[in-house]
Amino acid sequence: MSAMNSNWDRRSIFRAAAGLAAAGALSACGSNTGRPSGGGSGKQLTQMFHAYGEQGTEQAIKRYAKAYKDANVTTQWITSADFESKLFSALLTDNAPDLFEFHPQIQMIKSGQVADLTDIIDPVKDDFNPADIKSHTVDGKIYGVRMIDDPQFFFYRKSMLEKAKVDVPTTLDELAEAAEKLTTGKVKGLYMGNDLHSVINPMIWSAGADTLNEKNEIAYHTPGVIEGIKKMRKLFTSGNLLLGAPTESWDPSSLNQGLCAIQFCGMWAMPQIQDALGDDWGVFPFPKTIDSGKQSVYNGGWSMFVNAKGKNVEAAKEYVKWLWIDQKEYQEDWATSYGFHIPPRTSLAQSATKLKSGNAAEGVKLFTEFGHFDNIGWTQAMITALEDVFANAVRKDMDPEKALDKADAAVNRELKKLFG
Amino acid sequence: MSTTTTRDLARPAPAKASSAKPRRGLRGSPTFNFWLFTGPFLIGLAIFVYAPILWSLWLSFFEARFTVTPDKFVGFENYKYMLTNEDFVGSLVTFTVFAAFIVPTTWALSLGLALLVNRLRFMRAFFRSVFFLPTAVSYVAAALIWKMSIFSGVRFGLMNTVLGWFGIDNIAWLIDPNPPWYWLVIVTARLWLQSGFYMILFIAALQNIPDELYEAAAIDGAKPGWQTFRHITLPQLRATSTAVILLLLVAAYQAFDEFFNLLSKTTWGRPPLVELYYKALGESQDYGAGSAGALILTVLICAVTLLQGKIMGFGRGDESK
Repeated sequence: MSAMNSNWDRRSIFRAAAGLAAAGALSACGSNTGRPSGGGSGKQLTQMFHAYGEQGTEQAIKRYAKAYKDANVTTQWITSADFESKLFSALLTDNAPDLFEFHPQIQMIKSGQVADLTDIIDPVKDDFNPADIKSHTVDGKIYGVRMIDDPQFFFYRKSMLEKAKVDVPTTLDELAEAAEKLTTGKVKGLYMGNDLHSVINPMIWSAGADTLNEKNEIAYHTPGVIEGIKKMRKLFTSGNLLLGAPTESWDPSSLNQGLCAIQFCGMWAMPQIQDALGDDWGVFPFPKTIDSGKQSVYNGGWSMFVNAKGKNVEAAKEYVKWLWIDQKEYQEDWATSYGFHIPPRTSLAQSATKLKSGNAAEGVKLFTEFGHFDNIGWTQAMITALEDVFANAVRKDMDPEKALDKADAAVNRELKKLFG
Repeated sequence: MSTTTTRDLARPAPAKASSAKPRRGLRGSPTFNFWLFTGPFLIGLAIFVYAPILWSLWLSFFEARFTVTPDKFVGFENYKYMLTNEDFVGSLVTFTVFAAFIVPTTWALSLGLALLVNRLRFMRAFFRSVFFLPTAVSYVAAALIWKMSIFSGVRFGLMNTVLGWFGIDNIAWLIDPNPPWYWLVIVTARLWLQSGFYMILFIAALQNIPDELYEAAAIDGAKPGWQTFRHITLPQLRATSTAVILLLLVAAYQAFDEFFNLLSKTTWGRPPLVELYYKALGESQDYGAGSAGALILTVLICAVTLLQGKIMGFGRGDESK
């Protein structure tokens, strides 16, 4: 009796355990979709976004997804500091997102990771900013749909500059001088991010150079850039830069909280700055690195891509077409209701009233007048190579020439792999 | 002696049980039981350790960028690239410097704490817990606290506030590598996290030293304090010290979390694992070169471990006496 019982008990325990495990797995699946399991028929899609800093952005992206009837779209909102690494490694797995936002980079096309979107963009191609089409095109095929353009420039406190009798700087030397005059006991003159990475490209452009030339050869290794690096090094060691701030430069908190008088940031931060500082602020482009250079603005931004190796390429393309090409109302909401971004669609950019006045209008002007767009041939490995130049020759005191030589080796290795 | 008796006692027991059962079947077979108990672990080991090692061995001979199923064979190209790569070789140097510093420091600090706590007459349990608690904190959380509140570069960071009282200017601890203040941040974080655990090991060892030894030493005229410590306590702690140093070395080899979190976007202060992370898993996605680097590192670790075994004689058995 007791033996029988214990046998039966053991089995029933196993059975119960197996049942529990199965139930657990099922419920895990259920919660993964982020929606009630009965809701909506059709395909499951996953989209990956980096975490935008502005209030309401996550809800907005999820709201658009919910309004789509032909598929269940789940959003992964990545709060990690390095979205790139998360995205790149996720794309290699079975859990890869079907669609994701990123910047145009050719290695993703060469390795067959992003799908050709020419057929959905072609009908409305003329309504897009030509530069945004160009930066997403390889051999006549368009690989991504631009959602927003984000020009990046300096933001300054008018009252602080007036008090210190400083004019808006137009050269890097003037910027250094301004930083010196604006630095007081509690306020640092200038903030360009803790790692200074956001100003690398503008500094190169303002020195009259470029990352790559038309033939996809190195174009950043010039005497002007070397001079620029030396000036940046001087600025870094001057004690007038805000360093080790709690927030990175994409977040306007340092300026808003009065930790600095001038901060490098992007158009997206305008509503937040307006709330914090009222009208006591203005914007200016990255000043001339050398006298023969030209002021510059980096027109960054985000685009939607479809994972070519995903299980639902067609459904994902349909969704991208629905949201980022057809639904103009959502596109405008996304571009102007949270942070400020310039819509890449000409028709939307013209009707966006919020971007028509004050500093926002000034931002649009800088975007058109001084803007440089992404070069699709300039990839993450090359970006990292130049970040290392700044780490080595600006934050450390390596000879700029030597740091650039080192970057040349890395960039050439990459170029050889991409273009042969 | 005692082990033999237990064995003698234990041996007849299964024999009796098996003779009572008419059918032995699979369950009685020792081979089956061996696999039943080791199987799950071996499977885990094979899937999560050996398969990835073999896979990366395979990857290291291919050009594997943005893919883990490459098709372009490149021979030893990746190895050549990694061995001539200043950053990777530099990271090996970084690791050596870091280990040479952190191992003795942690050893000394945890021994010091153990001695202090062991001498306490009251509230000993309280202090023991207080020093041990940081062990439970994750490296990532600690790194964030160190970065955001203690060693923040702005004027309201804790350290800068303290320096401010003496009129010293703000220091950008983690951002400016000249002078290399970042080592102070990393070393203090690691000391805080680790010392408590090793302190417990030392306390256990201290309590195992027989009082008679101290009495005998006192009778022989050894002065309490340094002399007793040098000639009684320290030699008695030799086995524990060896184990602690070995564990500390292993921990230093595995250094990743705090370096990754405290020194993001730098070219300095990168131990090999962080370097390889950036190479293979990070933004470069170069699994071929990353795997080659990982294998070079594996070979180095094996060599060092074997050498250490030779020198310290760890595991030979006579050590523990």
